[in-house]
Amino acid sequence: MDLFTIFQDRLPDIATGFREHLELTFVSLFFAIIIGVPLGIILTRYRKGAEAVIGVTAVAQTIPSLALLGFMIPLMGIGFTPAVVALTIYGLLPIVRNTYTGIVGVDQAAIEAGIGMGMTSGQVLYLVEIPLALSVIMAGVRTSTVLIIGVATLASLIGAGGLGDMIFRGIAMSSNELILAGAMPAAVLAVIFDFLLKRLEVRVTPKGSRNKA
Amino acid sequence: MIRFQEVSKVFPDGFKALDNITFHIDEGELFVLIGPSGCGKTTTMKMINRLIEPTKGKIWIADKDISKENPVELRRSIGYVIQHIGLLPHMTIGENVALVPKLKKMDAAKYQKRVDELLSLVGLDPSIYRDRYPAELSGGQQQRVGVIRALAAEPPIILMDEPFSALDPISREQLQDELIRLQQEIKKTIVFVTHDMDEALKIADRICIMQKGKVVQLDSPEHVLRHPANDFVRSFIGEERLNAAGVLPDIEEVMLKPVTAGPNRGLAESIKLMHKHRVDSLLVTGANDAFLGIAKVWDIQQHYREEELTLKDIMTIDVPTIQIGRSLAEAIELISENKVAYLPVLSDEEKLVGVITRASLVDVMANKYGNA
Ligand SMILES: Nc1ncnc2c1ncn2[C@@H]1O[C@H](COP(=O)(O)OP(=O)(O)OP(=O)(O)O)[C@@H](O)[C@H]1O
Ligand SMILES: [Mg+2]
Repeated sequence: MDLFTIFQDRLPDIATGFREHLELTFVSLFFAIIIGVPLGIILTRYRKGAEAVIGVTAVAQTIPSLALLGFMIPLMGIGFTPAVVALTIYGLLPIVRNTYTGIVGVDQAAIEAGIGMGMTSGQVLYLVEIPLALSVIMAGVRTSTVLIIGVATLASLIGAGGLGDMIFRGIAMSSNELILAGAMPAAVLAVIFDFLLKRLEVRVTPKGSRNKA
Repeated sequence: MIRFQEVSKVFPDGFKALDNITFHIDEGELFVLIGPSGCGKTTTMKMINRLIEPTKGKIWIADKDISKENPVELRRSIGYVIQHIGLLPHMTIGENVALVPKLKKMDAAKYQKRVDELLSLVGLDPSIYRDRYPAELSGGQQQRVGVIRALAAEPPIILMDEPFSALDPISREQLQDELIRLQQEIKKTIVFVTHDMDEALKIADRICIMQKGKVVQLDSPEHVLRHPANDFVRSFIGEERLNAAGVLPDIEEVMLKPVTAGPNRGLAESIKLMHKHRVDSLLVTGANDAFLGIAKVWDIQQHYREEELTLKDIMTIDVPTIQIGRSLAEAIELISENKVAYLPVLSDEEKLVGVITRASLVDVMANKYGNA
């Protein structure tokens, strides 16, 4: 059987795997962002503790992805939820670190201008710090997205589905075509998201600083 | 309007940036802070809008202790032109200028109109510049925007930290004129920091000269020029400006060492002394250099035959003298009014410390106007 017919025959499976994969990615990314960004911001207010916390998230990331997913089974069993937890933990570091460094890197003069004009600390955050750090934060989100898409192929092993299902089935059946039917959509997904998020990153870079870089 | 009361600032690293300063800024005054880099001008200014809190002392605005005010409200009522411009790079010029009115939730239609007016005021066509970003403007243009941003909400007090430093001399002059005009029209209280003495002399109602965290002189430009408080101020102003302003040097600098003789000196000896020093008069001094009178060569000549006479018998006692602290202008007046050739300079204890002669005055005038 050639690749084309496999793709045709397996189209419903590929579609399901694709949808599951996107779900896993988006849900995990969503949690990684709503935990990671505020955490990064809080760290900028407590800079002494920042290194320690970022260190911990870095350790979480050095745990091999397969092992992290494995840890989930005794803790939370198998399925969608433990996979999302593991992927969220995995995607946290780039977001926390970039949020932190992005905001710390905002020009002190701009912050002082904001304060001097009479902004409250919340206004300084929303009107100055976040807009100016947004492109760095978005770069973290992009890294994190690509990472999650990749690791999500392993989520199949703890019964969370996704494109990994096809890949592992292909391995079991020694079918290169089947492996490719899972691997290629996953690769394309990562490349597309990387591209789209890269464009978004450029869009949110303050116009004033774009030509400086 | 703004009052500093024994304010000191020690930074966390232990550096003492301000040392017990006390002064008062009147309402509607254009008050200039000047001094060498690092003397504490910006620190002083930032205390007014509580960007920096004093370590000791109090600051009052309109008789209210600002440490008890809400800092956010306080800052919204004080325009602030930041030393390093400080435009927000992600906001357009229009958004930057409208920032404080927006924070104060003023009527948008009204402040948008005001933004355009202000842009035109500093020579930036609103239709071109309103929607540009700061990075798309030259340094000088950005600085103009920094200035009008502080005016947008029409605050009663405006702080300006070296607002014209990045401008070429011509636009700098223009904006200075503009500021003076604006100040006369709207009578804001303006605190203005600069390095530039010419700028200070031109625009200030009063100049506050600082050095190493202390106020060394606080006076009108005229007074600062006429009576520099000490050598630091003098050198900071520069001899050139002092001269250009028609300011005369101190008596101390002009006076000569007098040729003196005791009261009991004989006439023949005295003539010899005069000859030796090539002078026509001797200043007669008693114990402790106390000034007694002047002996002129004519008087000696008239009494020369009377061998028993000494200087005390022939000297003129009733001569005008001047105290050392007085101005040179007074000395010149005394000399010309009394038609004397010598004006003895006395210390506070009536000791003779020097003499001003017509010749020494000519030297001063030649220096001042001769090479102009
Ligand atoms: N946060 C800080 N911590 C420690 N020292 C500081 C701090 N801010 C300012 N200083 C020091 O305080 C002194 C006064 O600083 P300030 O900014 O008021 O100077 P300035 O008179 O405005 O100088 P310039 O003309 O260069 O702007 C300087 O020696 C500076 O190094
Ligand atoms: Mg300064």
